Amino acid sequence: MTQPFRTAAGGRIDRSDRIQFSFDGRPLTGYAGDTLASALLANDVHLVGRSFKYHRPRGILSAGSEEPNALVTIDRGAGRITPNLRATSVELYDGLTARSQNRFPSLRFDFGALAGWAAPLLPPGFVYKSFMWPPSFWKRLYEPAIRAAAGLGRSPAEADPDQYQTRYAHCDILIIGGGAAGLAAALGASATGARVILCDEQAELGGGLLDEPNATIDGWPAPDWVREAIGTLNGSVTLLPRTTAFGWYPDNMIGLAERVTDHLADPGSHRPRERLWQVRAARVVLATGAIERPLVFPGNDRPGIMLAGAARTYLHRYGVTVGKRVVIATADDSAYRTATDLHAAGVAVAGIVDRRSAPDSEAVQAARALGIPIHRGMTISGTEGRLRVHSARLSDGTGLIPCDTILMSGGWTPSVHLFSQSRRALIFDSASGTWLPTEDAVGACAGVFDLGTCLRDGARAFGGETRSFAVLGIQAMTAGEPPVAAKPHRAAFVDFQNDVTTKDLAIATDEGFVSVEHVKRYTTTGMATDQGKTSNLNALTAIAALTGQGVEATGLTTFRPPYTPVTFGTLAGSVRGDLFAPIRVPPIATPGAVLENVGTWKRARCFPQANETIAAAVARECLAVRNDAGMLDASTLGKIAVEGPDAAAFLSRIYTGDFTDLASGQCRYGVLLGEDGFIRDDGIIARLAPDRFHVTTTTAGAAFVLHHMEDYLQTEFVGMRVWLTSVTEQWAVIAVQGPRAAEVLAPFLPDIDPGAMPPMSVRTGHIGDVAVVLLRVSFTGETGFEINLPPDHAQRVWDTLRQRDVTPFGTDAMHVLRAEKGYIMIGQETDGTVTPGDVGLGWTIRGADCIGKRSLSLPDLKRADRKQLVGLLPLDPTVVLEEGAQVTAAPSAWDVLSNASVRTRGALSVGHVTSSYHSPGLNRGFALALVAGGRSRIGLQLSVAAAGGDRPVTVTAPVFLEKPKDRLKAITFSSAQPLLPLAEQQAPVARACPAVELVTLAPVTRLSVRAGSAAGTAIGLALGVLMPTVPCRSVITRNRAALWLGPDEWLIVAPDSASELAALARQAAGEHPVSIIDVSQRSGGLEVAGPRAAWCLNAFCALDLDLHAFPVGMCTRTLLGAAEIVLWRIAPEVFHLDVARSLMPYVRACLEESRVEFVDVQAESGRSK
Amino acid sequence: MLLISCPWCGPRPENEFRYGGQAGLTRPAASADDATWSAYLYLRNNPKGRHQERWRHQPGCGRFFNCERDTVTDRISNTSKIGPR
Repeated sequence: MTQPFRTAAGGRIDRSDRIQFSFDGRPLTGYAGDTLASALLANDVHLVGRSFKYHRPRGILSAGSEEPNALVTIDRGAGRITPNLRATSVELYDGLTARSQNRFPSLRFDFGALAGWAAPLLPPGFVYKSFMWPPSFWKRLYEPAIRAAAGLGRSPAEADPDQYQTRYAHCDILIIGGGAAGLAAALGASATGARVILCDEQAELGGGLLDEPNATIDGWPAPDWVREAIGTLNGSVTLLPRTTAFGWYPDNMIGLAERVTDHLADPGSHRPRERLWQVRAARVVLATGAIERPLVFPGNDRPGIMLAGAARTYLHRYGVTVGKRVVIATADDSAYRTATDLHAAGVAVAGIVDRRSAPDSEAVQAARALGIPIHRGMTISGTEGRLRVHSARLSDGTGLIPCDTILMSGGWTPSVHLFSQSRRALIFDSASGTWLPTEDAVGACAGVFDLGTCLRDGARAFGGETRSFAVLGIQAMTAGEPPVAAKPHRAAFVDFQNDVTTKDLAIATDEGFVSVEHVKRYTTTGMATDQGKTSNLNALTAIAALTGQGVEATGLTTFRPPYTPVTFGTLAGSVRGDLFAPIRVPPIATPGAVLENVGTWKRARCFPQANETIAAAVARECLAVRNDAGMLDASTLGKIAVEGPDAAAFLSRIYTGDFTDLASGQCRYGVLLGEDGFIRDDGIIARLAPDRFHVTTTTAGAAFVLHHMEDYLQTEFVGMRVWLTSVTEQWAVIAVQGPRAAEVLAPFLPDIDPGAMPPMSVRTGHIGDVAVVLLRVSFTGETGFEINLPPDHAQRVWDTLRQRDVTPFGTDAMHVLRAEKGYIMIGQETDGTVTPGDVGLGWTIRGADCIGKRSLSLPDLKRADRKQLVGLLPLDPTVVLEEGAQVTAAPSAWDVLSNASVRTRGALSVGHVTSSYHSPGLNRGFALALVAGGRSRIGLQLSVAAAGGDRPVTVTAPVFLEKPKDRLKAITFSSAQPLLPLAEQQAPVARACPAVELVTLAPVTRLSVRAGSAAGTAIGLALGVLMPTVPCRSVITRNRAALWLGPDEWLIVAPDSASELAALARQAAGEHPVSIIDVSQRSGGLEVAGPRAAWCLNAFCALDLDLHAFPVGMCTRTLLGAAEIVLWRIAPEVFHLDVARSLMPYVRACLEESRVEFVDVQAESGRSK
Repeated sequence: MLLISCPWCGPRPENEFRYGGQAGLTRPAASADDATWSAYLYLRNNPKGRHQERWRHQPGCGRFFNCERDTVTDRISNTSKIGPR
């Protein structure tokens, strides 16, 4: 017979929808609406797991997420195996495959159960006490063996193929828990017009009301009242069933884990499996209910022993009776309701064992009237039955009561976990012996167990009118009495999941542990994945009795998130694979190049030709630069426009060097120090005009340098009239280096003669009609130019140069070339402890007081034995030293006497190798190193540690190529061809999705305007678009717009010519200092439009995008995932995003991922045909 | 994620901000003695309780501002624009 324990009628399951599933390979049937636990019980399966430590047979204790015993593995195929799920929370679907855990070879016959026989040998702390010696056994023997014996399910080895999403949400009121109090609160809240979210961890809203078919509220049977309430709430309140509020984080940010598809037989591919909600709530109301406590008696963990309230839930919600003959052990009236309801369902109630001497209430009288034997002032002193309980022993010694089920109720513990996580103090309620929240809780969570009061308190939680509900057919309930400590016994379990008994707690206190936090950690009580939901108060009561401190004084242990386990997939969300971090690609495509990561960029290391090794390619590229001409894509270099009357003075503070005497058209190398005097970055400072500088930074240091400059500008050198604008992505850079560099560039540049430019100079000019900035600077020692040009045109110039036999070279060759000249590389020769003097750059410090200069005269930074930059030449020229290797010297007698490590190693460490390469020019290995007192050791021999023995090296000055080598003859090339304007960039085809469309916006002029308010007004009048003075607002007139981005910063968006618009603005500013910079090329525009636009953006953007919080016309810089964007709402359902060029692919991918749910599946498949 | 009130832009999520260290440090003149200069470089308050800090709204309006934060509760009691010295 299938489902022998299913009642004939009743329950909320769909008896017309029969479902096939399997448990440990055994095919079984259930109904739609079942949990795995209810379906197993319907099939008389009580034995579902083995316990963690002793491998004791265990059954189903509860009907909710507090379940400590019934942990199962659900198998949906490769990569989709989820261990440790609570059978009580797993919804049944067709084909569900469940397996029991922690048993070998089977659930009924488990070798691990031998641990149960050895229980006396396994007291708390046995691991620490027993497996101490020898230490080497820990890793290889003890730990693997213990892990294998004690455990949970196994996690899958394959990558998780499912999709997960994360989203941010905001609301006025978040109600956690959808039972009577939560639904009443939602009804009250929705009437106020507030934004309300109601979440509940169960599949169906209603909580305990679903267990009360015989109670009525305002004339409706309770489950029907739930249905009506949901109908009222739908549309005005965001209802989130299957959603667990797992953590309360600072400033009312609540973590919700929504299980979107786990209950479906076919999850489909357009929805995420789970979704993490990060909800910022103005107010949170906890309607989390209460959890029934087990009673602690010897043998209280056998299959068939469960909570009394759970038995009612299985009966009324799932139409399942938990046994044929039950004994009820209780200290609380609520269990009497279970007794009468089971009696009515035809289950024999063999007796009620009540710890109290004179129980008397409506519920007790009802049970007595049915003739159920009541044993007052008694407890259960033992149970029998191996794989299922078969009898209970009474504490008065009158013998065994045969039964197949024992139901227990020790009273109810309010679910205060989230309140405690909010860092507020709970108060102890001595009447119930439980802790209660001081505010923001309604219903059982607040210690209220009477249904009418729960509803009334919920409804008026938001100060609305007092409303009363007519509740009939349910007896008034309480939390019950405080728990009473049981005697220590080795089979009286307090914590079922971690197998902690009253005996274990007694051993811990005997051994001197007094603090509840210490006892918890020593015995592991309450530390399992169930977080002690059923065990904490019983453990606490036992500890209090053992130490004599009293329960309140003993105190609760700390509740920590998550409330129930959350998958790593949920926490990671979309942040994995391609979206783990933005991958920024330079504007010049270099097919065939070997790439490397530099900061967040992908840069070309080298350009191997057919059958060429990387080493050979690097050597060829180096020689091309030395003998002919090479080109490097240097677009990733950070670039900052520094403008204003005080720009030169400001830069003289930021960089070593004095820029006040730098003439326009000249460049100077500068080193950027921290205030501590150590090198942080370096770069070229080019003066374009008296008040305009173009500053370059390292690729990885760009963001830091801008932040550092802003820090000093805003908070230290206050009053300096300077503005800083990042133009990194406004300009692509092609660095052309080599003796033929001027010659190859000349034909492109009608208005600049590169050959006539002196070293360290800068000119502005044109290629075709495109404005460019040309710097004559070198990082190779050869003649060098850096041509800054708009990224849209860079590819064409690059390709043309390539056609003219300019050799592309990558970062590897760049490293070799600069090292041959002894030029330092930030992050290679510097590590945050290196001064300019250490690396021979003391000469850069001139004149004014720059940041860090004062520190250079601190005694420690002047020591003669500081590590200094030197060159190293291995005596064997074929050797290339390891970067990072120790440089050692033969120790003096004093070193041997004074330094133990010298005696051990026989050598004195004096430094380390910072860069090491094979030089194609010298045809030998060479290295740069930081060596103590290095400059005084030039000419001496040292050793460098290496695998296979130390290598002798000669110390040299850090310059290896003094003179230009013989050149190849110049190659002739055809005359200049005019450059064509760039081809239309092809926008990726957006997928059909009416709910939210992504549209690439046409190129447009963008000006960054930095000015004071007077100049801003003047510019606004001249451009016909007033500069908004209200933060984060925009002004739009006809086709120009001005966006407020900062107190002195606006972004102008217009279809006009950038240079003409900028000239107009500069003219309008007159004598006022301003900085007006064309940033049109820096970013691109993306339109996100449709009814779901805000929803999709909130998958990656943490701002509140409700129309009231983020109205039309609002604009701001913010984050979308890891990308900085400007977000601008131009209509209720239309947002414009300004996205840096290199981040556009990442941002598009994020938005595609966020709208995958709304993509029109039919249109998609139609298109693919 | 903390909710931090930018003096210009209003309450914004923590990921739009960058911590800027202790507020109110005075950069000594270059003529300061070694002890004074070293103290400026390396000595910072580490209170249990209210702490005067600098934060920067970046990505956002880019402004540095002052912020009083309780290091025990993370509660921010006040934020203000950096005034003229």
